[in-house]
Amino acid sequence: MLIDKRTARLYSRLGQRGAIFGMAINDWAVQDEKMIVLTADLATLSGMDRYVKSAAPYRFINAGIAEQNMLGMAAGLAAEGFHPVVTTYATFLTMRACEQIRHFMGYMHLPIVAIGSGAGLSQGFAGNTHYTIEDLSMMRAIPNLRIISPADAASAVKLFEMALESIEPVYMRLTGNLNAPMVYTEYVPFGFGKSNCIRVGSDISILATGTMVYTAIETAEQLEQQGLSVEVIDMYSIKPLDVARVHEAMQKRLVVTLEEHSKMGGLGAAVAEEMSACGAGCKLLRLGIEDKFDLAGDYEWLLRQNRLTPELIVEDIIKNL
Amino acid sequence: MRLQALEMAYKSGQNGAHLGGGLSAIEILATLYHDVLRVDPCNPCDENRDRLIVSKGHCVLAYYTALYEKGFLSAQDLEQFEQNGYHWHGHAMRDLTHGIEFHGGSLSMGMSFAVGEALACKAKGLQSRVFVLVGDGECDEGLIWEAAMSAAHHQLDNLCVIVDRNRLQYDGETTEVLNTDSLAEKFKAFGFEVVEVDGHDCEALAKVFSNQCSVVSGKPRCVIANTIKGKGVSFMENDKTWHHHTLNEAQYNQAREEVEHAD
Repeated sequence: MLIDKRTARLYSRLGQRGAIFGMAINDWAVQDEKMIVLTADLATLSGMDRYVKSAAPYRFINAGIAEQNMLGMAAGLAAEGFHPVVTTYATFLTMRACEQIRHFMGYMHLPIVAIGSGAGLSQGFAGNTHYTIEDLSMMRAIPNLRIISPADAASAVKLFEMALESIEPVYMRLTGNLNAPMVYTEYVPFGFGKSNCIRVGSDISILATGTMVYTAIETAEQLEQQGLSVEVIDMYSIKPLDVARVHEAMQKRLVVTLEEHSKMGGLGAAVAEEMSACGAGCKLLRLGIEDKFDLAGDYEWLLRQNRLTPELIVEDIIKNL
Repeated sequence: MRLQALEMAYKSGQNGAHLGGGLSAIEILATLYHDVLRVDPCNPCDENRDRLIVSKGHCVLAYYTALYEKGFLSAQDLEQFEQNGYHWHGHAMRDLTHGIEFHGGSLSMGMSFAVGEALACKAKGLQSRVFVLVGDGECDEGLIWEAAMSAAHHQLDNLCVIVDRNRLQYDGETTEVLNTDSLAEKFKAFGFEVVEVDGHDCEALAKVFSNQCSVVSGKPRCVIANTIKGKGVSFMENDKTWHHHTLNEAQYNQAREEVEHAD
């Protein structure tokens, strides 16, 4: 799939999940006859009705509300040469079926693409059971697993294709909502262990992931009005991490990590591990979700509570310069 | 096979081995490899092979021994059992060249994996059968029942679940720890065709395994093999302390003698 303004706009309306399961999956099914899609009673929500109707019977399996068995079935299929894609809410995928991911995707190294949707705080009033704020921390610690987190819907489709082409176990973390802001409107390359420079700057580097990349762009624009030159990097590959990019960022006055995930164990932790290993002299500001469960609120309110809106991020960056 | 299993356990020294569940599964695995499974050590990755998933991964003493008897493992491989730096963990790791389909060790994972294998074999139009060996203690796990429900839902009549029903788990009798006394009824209620058999009677086992293929078309099969934990060694039989244990020289010699002089 080539990214251009028209497709980027179309995908953006659908959000990351809708772009993959409503659109891209239908094209990919033609291209890859070994792809089998499994979900845990989330076919309609994921927008895959068209795929379900058109796919051969064995190429779509609804596992029911049984995430652990969904992973097990996918593993058996993968061991027999199929390319299973499993999807449900990120929280139930990575936590209810955590040991299955570790066993089948990590230990057995079976090429399953596991796509967790609604990660971060986007589930709003559904409450803390539906937020996924710990998944990167848990998934990062599993050997053999690759982890990607797209910035927008168009790059979600590109990364989905990259994951399937890799024939490797991949956890893909989808954030944001419908009508998600666009970061990419033209073709750029993607790869595991790589990142993309979205905006050039010389004072501060913001390493962001998921839909926080767009927030980082808005933040950078506000900081520029205050005379600060801010670089924005899309760290879509959480594992492997683009360590060369981290080394470059360390040359700035301040490195900021920005993610819709707990401040512990996610992108910020991965960058901190790398920076401390090379004895970085520059300060690191890790921005993310606080170490607590939130009260009821909509998505925007929850982001503000966790100081993840551009205005509040600007305040925190200025404070730490 | 029992002698071989005892020797492996003895040589593992202070690491110890899962003796109880290993000895209960000897006849089940012997029968599968001798009479039932269409597998060939000269062509171990044959697409048309039958698949055996050993989900109760702690029965490696019986499993590795059966693979050795069938020609998948060498004597040297057995010598490397639980030795530093070798492939042979106390729970087997998937290695098709050695006839091993699955990474065992985390209970109930194999049952779910076997459902996926059976789905895949059907999708590919293979005549292969998929067997999965689980323990009765393992049936405490919720995933066993998620997988059982899905096997019946998908009408996997190419799947045969074998329960090594030795009635003991780590902490004691299965009826005391978490009662799985009505296993046959449970599997029936989940949509399985269920057969009970003496798990130490090779002829009876061969019979139930050989005609398992689509006896009731559209239904997965469950063979409940009634066994004795620690079978063949008087001081191990039905004693939970031998679930995982070390063998000293005197115990090893006595166990050997009893097995050698068994009927």
